[in-house]
Amino acid sequence: MNVRGVWALYTYEMQRTWRTLWQSIVTPVITTVLYFVVFGSAIGSRMEDIGGVDYGAFIVPGLIMLSLLTQSISNASFAIYFPKFTGTVYEMLSAPMSPIELVMGYVGAAATKSILLGLIILATANLFVDVRIEHPLAMVAFLVLTAVTFSLFGFIIGIWADGFEQLSFIPMLIVTPLTFLGGAFYSINMLPELWRTISLFNPVVYLVSGFRWSFYGEGDVSIGLSLGITGVFLVICLSLVIWIFRTGYRLKE
Amino acid sequence: MQPIISISNLCKTYDGGVKALDDVSLDIAPGEIFALLGPNGAGKTTLISAVCGIVTPTSGTMMAGGHDVIRDFKKARKMIGLVPQEISTDTFETVWATVNFSRGLFGKPRDKAYIEQLLKDLSLWDKRDAKIMELSGGMKRRVMIAKALSHEPEILFLDEPTAGVDVELRRNMWNLVRGLRERGVTIILTTHYIEEAEEMADRVGVIRKGEIIVVEETAAIMRKLGKRQLTLTLNEPMDAVPDALGEWQLELADEGHCLIYTFDANDERTGIPSLLKTMGELGIGFADLDTSKSSLEDIFVGLVHEESAPEEEHAA
Repeated sequence: MNVRGVWALYTYEMQRTWRTLWQSIVTPVITTVLYFVVFGSAIGSRMEDIGGVDYGAFIVPGLIMLSLLTQSISNASFAIYFPKFTGTVYEMLSAPMSPIELVMGYVGAAATKSILLGLIILATANLFVDVRIEHPLAMVAFLVLTAVTFSLFGFIIGIWADGFEQLSFIPMLIVTPLTFLGGAFYSINMLPELWRTISLFNPVVYLVSGFRWSFYGEGDVSIGLSLGITGVFLVICLSLVIWIFRTGYRLKE
Repeated sequence: MQPIISISNLCKTYDGGVKALDDVSLDIAPGEIFALLGPNGAGKTTLISAVCGIVTPTSGTMMAGGHDVIRDFKKARKMIGLVPQEISTDTFETVWATVNFSRGLFGKPRDKAYIEQLLKDLSLWDKRDAKIMELSGGMKRRVMIAKALSHEPEILFLDEPTAGVDVELRRNMWNLVRGLRERGVTIILTTHYIEEAEEMADRVGVIRKGEIIVVEETAAIMRKLGKRQLTLTLNEPMDAVPDALGEWQLELADEGHCLIYTFDANDERTGIPSLLKTMGELGIGFADLDTSKSSLEDIFVGLVHEESAPEEEHAA
């Protein structure tokens, strides 16, 4: 195991976060604050409690999940796409690093940034609403699992992408709509039966539901199902990454 | 002596069907400077990239320091440093950060003293805190060399190291390469500057259309394939070479003012005394004479032309 290599890659990637602090941390925090102003204060004050939880507090897990998914994908996809774009990827490919070690460095850094961001959003949310966490360990586990899974997904997108527009294509056109429709701002139990059934095909429903369960002890679906679906997605992403390194897809000529 | 690099029957066919390497076999001895020559698209970069793990070969085996570069890739790659042809650097990073990053990536512990000396050797110490985007092209190329040397490799691949750099920097690079060789580093370089290979390489290999057509010691190839020329500046220009001088296969140049005699540099009997004697008997006087020997460039062009000629004739 090339521990020094993994650490070098991880710290190098993390340094990029501090160098682009504004873009990496501050911008998503400001966006979240705006969500709270609009959904929490302006609209939330006119909303009824959901499952005994104040609407402002109810949307906190969904908001964190929204940022966690988009930032995990964006961080990891950019981290691998940029070396491909500038040509510096030659150094990763010629280094004594196994595919797993490269993924640990890149995905580890991307997931760390997202987790930090999630925690910052949680702290920010606490300034606006009273957030309680019934299962803190489960909350952290879900945070880590989701960040790692979607960083892997972002890594795949970064390798697949041929241009900068493709980098933002999936986060903007697929992940963000799925998150909005995945119960980030409402419970899917509030939907008519047909739309509730359709929503169950949206994988983000299980992420938001599981995460919300760790906060308030209740979710739209069972916690076991949430964990299972997230785990399946993690395995799919891992398998794809291993296949990419074995075949050299879009990495090696 | 056990070769430090051993390539056997290496083939690479790209997805589009282009055969970049065709059954290449090559051994490189430890501590030697090997120059790989070839026209554009001959397969030089593909060969280097395959050994370094950037290109997946179609078939064949490659060993570095006794380690299979695919099966035992970690041990093999730890021995190798690569300076690619294109200048590819993380433009927003500082020189110090990027060189230390490269060392870490290869699993080496931090060594400030070594990196400091390396940057000083490459005249980059004053720029250690500068962002790479602020550096000139020549400095960026030196940063890439520093990155490749940061983990103290035993084998260094230099893909067109002096392409597009000025004469002074090129000379500095040559000195650097010689210094590395003195420290025992094996160097494999590709170049378009034949002068560079002639100046530095212990051996040269010529690759054409993915096939190695010649591998020879530089001095030996010069001896074997080198030609010498005798140029005689005539007192009176002539329209044609007299029949009596036919056995020397002379050429007329400079509108009949010069006679050129090409002979094998290795022949004990050059034929010059008899040529001059016959010219004297024919009353052909000359005002000046000059001899020259062919450069590696002439040999290289000759080899590539010689190899391609039959195919071109066939195609025609």
